[in-house]
Amino acid sequence: MSRHPFERDAVISGAGQSEVGRRLNRSALDLTSEAALRAIEDARLTRDDIDAVTTYPGGYASVSHGYGGPSPHELQDALRMDLSWHMGAAEIPGQLGAIVAACMAVSTGLARHVLVYRTVTESTMQGQAGRTAVLETGDGVAFGMGAWLQPFGSVSAVNWLAPVAQRHFHEFGTRREQLAQIALVERANAADNPNAIFRSPLTLEEYMSARMISSPLCLFDCDIPVDGSTAFVVSHMDTAADAPRPPVHINAIGTRLQGRVSWDQYADLTSMAAAGASAHLWSRTDLRPADVDVALLYDGFSILTLVWLEALGFCAHGEGGAFIEGGHRISRIGELPVNTDGGQLSAGRLHGFGHVYEAVEQLWGRADARQVPGAEVAVVANGGGPIAGVMLLTAGRR
Amino acid sequence: MHDPLIRRTRPADDPLSDFFWTSGADGRLRFLRCDKCGYFSHPPTARCPRCLAEGMTPTPVAGTGTIYTFTVNYQPWVASQQPYVIAVIEFDEQPDLRITSNVVGCDVDDVAIGDRVTVTFLHRHERWYPLFERLPRSSR
Repeated sequence: MSRHPFERDAVISGAGQSEVGRRLNRSALDLTSEAALRAIEDARLTRDDIDAVTTYPGGYASVSHGYGGPSPHELQDALRMDLSWHMGAAEIPGQLGAIVAACMAVSTGLARHVLVYRTVTESTMQGQAGRTAVLETGDGVAFGMGAWLQPFGSVSAVNWLAPVAQRHFHEFGTRREQLAQIALVERANAADNPNAIFRSPLTLEEYMSARMISSPLCLFDCDIPVDGSTAFVVSHMDTAADAPRPPVHINAIGTRLQGRVSWDQYADLTSMAAAGASAHLWSRTDLRPADVDVALLYDGFSILTLVWLEALGFCAHGEGGAFIEGGHRISRIGELPVNTDGGQLSAGRLHGFGHVYEAVEQLWGRADARQVPGAEVAVVANGGGPIAGVMLLTAGRR
Repeated sequence: MHDPLIRRTRPADDPLSDFFWTSGADGRLRFLRCDKCGYFSHPPTARCPRCLAEGMTPTPVAGTGTIYTFTVNYQPWVASQQPYVIAVIEFDEQPDLRITSNVVGCDVDDVAIGDRVTVTFLHRHERWYPLFERLPRSSR
C-alpha cells in the first residue's frame, strides 16, 4: 500500500514572532508567550484550540547561556493549555525536528493544532561580558563529546566549523572573497528587514579586513546573538478549510542521520549531516532543486550556508565557492535568493526558526520590500556538523 | 613542555576512555583496537563498531599522522590567551582514525593541511594530553 509522506497531512496555519533585539532584558517565557499568542491569532485560533506543544531544545538544555527557551511545562502553565502531547528536545534532527514532531502528532491523530516554538535570550544572557564559548573554558571537567574537544581549547562552535571551511578551501580552492558573499548578500537583504539587527551596508573590504575569530572565519562569518521567540501553529490539513488563508504546506522533510556523527569524525567533513538530510528530503518529493524559489539556509556561520547549498544540490559538492562568487546568483534578484531576511549574520540568531519564519512570510506574500515575486516553493535548512534537518514548504492554493 | 593554553578543561573520568588520557605516561599513544578484525575505534566504544565483536584492547600506534584540517583560534575565550592551533589529526594506521588536538612548537601561521606530525605528551592534572609537533616538511 502506498501512502503519501506523513508530513503532507500537516500545514502551517499561523506564524508569530516576539519583539526581536539585543539585550531586551525580557524573560524567555515572556518572549515565548508573545510569539505564541501572535501565532495563534495569526491562525485565527484561540489557546483552547491548541492541543499540543513542541519545541527545540526544551527548557533544560544548557548548551550555552540563553540558548534554551522555556520548557513546554512552563508555557503550558503560563497559557493554561490542555495538551494531549508535548515535547521539548534537543536530540532530534536539528531545530526543525520540533516541527517534524508536530507533523507526526497531527498525522497520527494525536493532535489537531500544535504550537511549535524556539526561543533564545543569548544577547541578554551573554551580552554583559561579551560572547562566551559554547563549552566552559575553565578548570572544570568535560563530558561526552566535549571531552574530545574542550581539553584542546576547541570550545566554541566556531572552532568546530572553521576547520570545515579550512578543508573546503584546501580541497576545492574556495576563497575568503567567495565565502564573503554570504555575509554581504545577507547584509544587503537586511536593509529591507525592519527587525534586522545590522542594516547598514557591508563592503568586501570591511569583510576582508575584519578580525579573525577562528581562521579562516572572521567576525562577519559569525552570527549575532539576539533575544527573541518564533512560533508557528502546525495544523492538520483537514482544518485548512476553516483557516483565514490558504496554509503553507509541508511538502517534504529530510531527517536522515548517517556517517560519523560528530564535529570532527565525518569521512567527508565538508558535507557532514547535511548531505544525508538533503538526500532524504529529495527522496520524499517530486519537486527538484530547480523548483525552489527561495532558500533559507542555516548560517550560524557562513560556511554552513555554503555546505547546505551543495548538500541540497543547488550546485555540485565543492562548487559552492564559484556558485556564490560575486553574490548575484544568491541575491534577492538572482536565480536562487538566499536568506532574504538578512539571516542570522545580519538579522540575528533566532537559531533556525527565523529561517522558517521568513520562508512562511515569503510564501504568504507578506515579506513587503523583501518579497520574492511569486514565491511558491521554499526550502528551509537548519543545523551544522552532526545536526541537520531540512523542509520543503509550498504555498497553498484553494 | 610549554603549554600554549592557559586553561585546559580536563576530561571527566570514564571507564572506557581513562586509558587514553593516561597512555602517554610511557610515551606511547594508544587507541582501542578490535581483537577480532583489527579495526581501531575512536572515540572509544565497548564493541567494535565495524564487526560488532566484543574485545577491544588499548593498542599502541606510531603517533605519526597528517593534519586533515585545522584552525587558528584568535578569539580570547580566556583572558590573555594567545592564538593557538586546533587541528584534526589523521593517523597513519587507519584513514578514519582521527582526533582533535593542538599543534604546538611552531608559529601558528606555519601550519598547513597535509603537514606531517608526531605526538608529544603534555602532562597536566594527571592526564597526558596527546599534542602534536610538525615534522620537517622535507620528510614528506
